[in-house]
Amino acid sequence: MQFERKDILDMESLSAEEITFILDTADQLKEISRRPVKKVPTLRGKTVVLFFYEPSTRTRSSFEIASKRLSADSISISSSSSSMVKGETLIDTARNLEAMNPDVIVIRHPSAGAPHMLARLLKTSVINAGDGMHAHPTQTLLDLMTVREKKGYIKGLRIAIIGDISHSRVARSDSIGFTKMGADVVLAGPLTMIPKGIESLGVTVAGNSDEAVKDADVIMMLRIQKERQKSFLYPSDREYSKVFGLNAERLKKAKKDVLIMHPGPINRGVEISSEVADGPYSIILDQVTNGVSVRMALLFLVAGGVRNVNTD
Amino acid sequence: MLTLIKGGRVLDPGKIDGITDILVKDGIIIEVITKALSSGKSKKKSPEPLKKYKADTIIDASGKIVVPGLIDMHVHLREPGQEYKETIETGTLAAAAGGFTGICAMPNTIPVNDNRQVTEYILNRAKEVGKVNVYPVAAISMGLKGKSLCEYGDLKEAGAVALSDDGKPVSNSRLMRRAMEYAKGFGLPIISHCEVNELSAGGVMNEGIVATRMGLAGIPNEAESIMVARDIALCELTGAHLHIAHVSTSQSVNAIREAKRKGLPVTAETAPHYFALTEEAVSGYNTNAKMSPPLRSAFDRDAVREGLADGTIDVIATDHAPHSSLEKDVEFDLAANGIVGLETSVSIGLRLVEEGIITLSGLIEKMSCNPARILGLERNIKKGNVADITIIDPGVVYTVDSSSFCSLGRNTPFEGWKMKGKAVLTMVGGKVVFDNMMV
Repeated sequence: MQFERKDILDMESLSAEEITFILDTADQLKEISRRPVKKVPTLRGKTVVLFFYEPSTRTRSSFEIASKRLSADSISISSSSSSMVKGETLIDTARNLEAMNPDVIVIRHPSAGAPHMLARLLKTSVINAGDGMHAHPTQTLLDLMTVREKKGYIKGLRIAIIGDISHSRVARSDSIGFTKMGADVVLAGPLTMIPKGIESLGVTVAGNSDEAVKDADVIMMLRIQKERQKSFLYPSDREYSKVFGLNAERLKKAKKDVLIMHPGPINRGVEISSEVADGPYSIILDQVTNGVSVRMALLFLVAGGVRNVNTD
Repeated sequence: MLTLIKGGRVLDPGKIDGITDILVKDGIIIEVITKALSSGKSKKKSPEPLKKYKADTIIDASGKIVVPGLIDMHVHLREPGQEYKETIETGTLAAAAGGFTGICAMPNTIPVNDNRQVTEYILNRAKEVGKVNVYPVAAISMGLKGKSLCEYGDLKEAGAVALSDDGKPVSNSRLMRRAMEYAKGFGLPIISHCEVNELSAGGVMNEGIVATRMGLAGIPNEAESIMVARDIALCELTGAHLHIAHVSTSQSVNAIREAKRKGLPVTAETAPHYFALTEEAVSGYNTNAKMSPPLRSAFDRDAVREGLADGTIDVIATDHAPHSSLEKDVEFDLAANGIVGLETSVSIGLRLVEEGIITLSGLIEKMSCNPARILGLERNIKKGNVADITIIDPGVVYTVDSSSFCSLGRNTPFEGWKMKGKAVLTMVGGKVVFDNMMV
């Protein structure tokens, strides 16, 4: 197929066919990262701007490494070092960046819809690296790639996502992405963290975490943020860990060949015990490895693929 | 100076409905002659008393609807303090273009209208550059801070017609109780912006499926309806006139209906966007669909329509809230609340008539008679009254184009909407301040 998308904004806008195509491309590119010389000239002469308005270690370094392995020039801007601190608006900053003719702008932003606003206004390709509580499509694509790699398929799998669903863009994007690829997604967490109408994404909400874990093929644990205690969303880490955390005991209810995932960064001993995080079922670090391949695939498809070959 | 408004269907709800000529002299209505009733009954032949006058100007209103001047009880004029968003001049021009002969100016200006000087400033500016009548609404609490009462006696003497901390709720129940009691002594209605801050904090749109899908923080209906219930209870306690601003939820409509059934002195308004739009309008992170309270579900929209139909909601007011691109061309979370409404309100109201939700007479009641009654203004089309008159062309078809607005604000969610019917002439004190009859 021909991939003709200018932007990667969310999982809602991608078709199952496009998702499969991205995963296939990522699978092929994965081998580059295993070479002694980890670089191909595919995106030579292309410029990638990494525009991070929120702190990030994993996603930013993953995009940076992906760009470099494809020989693109990448620059990284964070909110503290940008003109944001001088009061420049997002649109003005983005227009100024575009005036320097980059090929791709990768943006992470605390406000939902910020990448969509840029995509509408700019001719440059925009990749969403996480917008508020809305979407994190590159994370979902790497999650899909990792599950497909380990299980061989996605359709029919039971995926449990446990934690603060309300504030999680990963939960939203994974719910849409896995459902679109034919998996059954079941969510669980304190009811203070289950947003109204989430079932409209095609997922089910389990009554408690044991019910969600039962017969799960994949368990995705979400990070719980300490600040949430201030807004009365949960009483204490102690209780959270006991009722919603994943430990060896709770894990027994899952399928024998269950996969444990986490988008990171993890709070050891809170949402996940060290025993489980470092145990044999954990594929948390495989997720990180595949993150580079997925981002290489996306950069290649929007900046170096068919769409850009015949245009100016 | 004699002006004759000729051959129009004059509709003054409960008073006149028929082909009527109106003669205006020096700003005052001096003759009202109905020639044929709209009900089809023929009027008794009367002599042509108008023949004894020679009009200087004749306004041919045939095919049009002539109504008592419309009043928008809820407008943010932004002057003093934020003249880049709107001024008293541009805001009243927009009001005239929308068919309004009078508007209430909300007190959240900079400085806040919490003292005689600001009230007088607004009235003086309106006299100098205003196109329509401006009725200042003063603050309930000093600086809108919810800590201490303003000087209602002095404010009333200066020209304030009502009191409101609009934009912010009065969270302190004791202050609200005392404000209502104290205001009652001056016959000033309290216009309440009902919101429980602890429930709305952080929210940027209605809580529900759309917010969940878009990853935006939601505001539940109860953030409004709990405060509506509290204020109704305080109204019962104090017996003061309570007017609930911008009703958006089904629960609020029910609470107000119940209060009215009890005979409490409660009135209520809603805005065109709450009966014309739902939360779906936010899709695509459209900041021109962001306001407080937020656009709600279709269920709530229908409840608001029902409230309009059965009289629970007395008034349609726009909550005209102009903002510049500085406040709106930003991330949705950061965008200011509010949309402009003066220049689209009549057309959206006429849609309700077209859809059979309310009658034309009902629409005029909610946009003219009821606001006048609540504010204690005389508004009927009758001999001896000031000639504040609006002429509506129910047939004119057009497309909303914000670039042609008189308001400095372009922040409308109705951009590109096909409309049928609009105000084509606005007369304030006998003077034509807006005339689009020929276009």
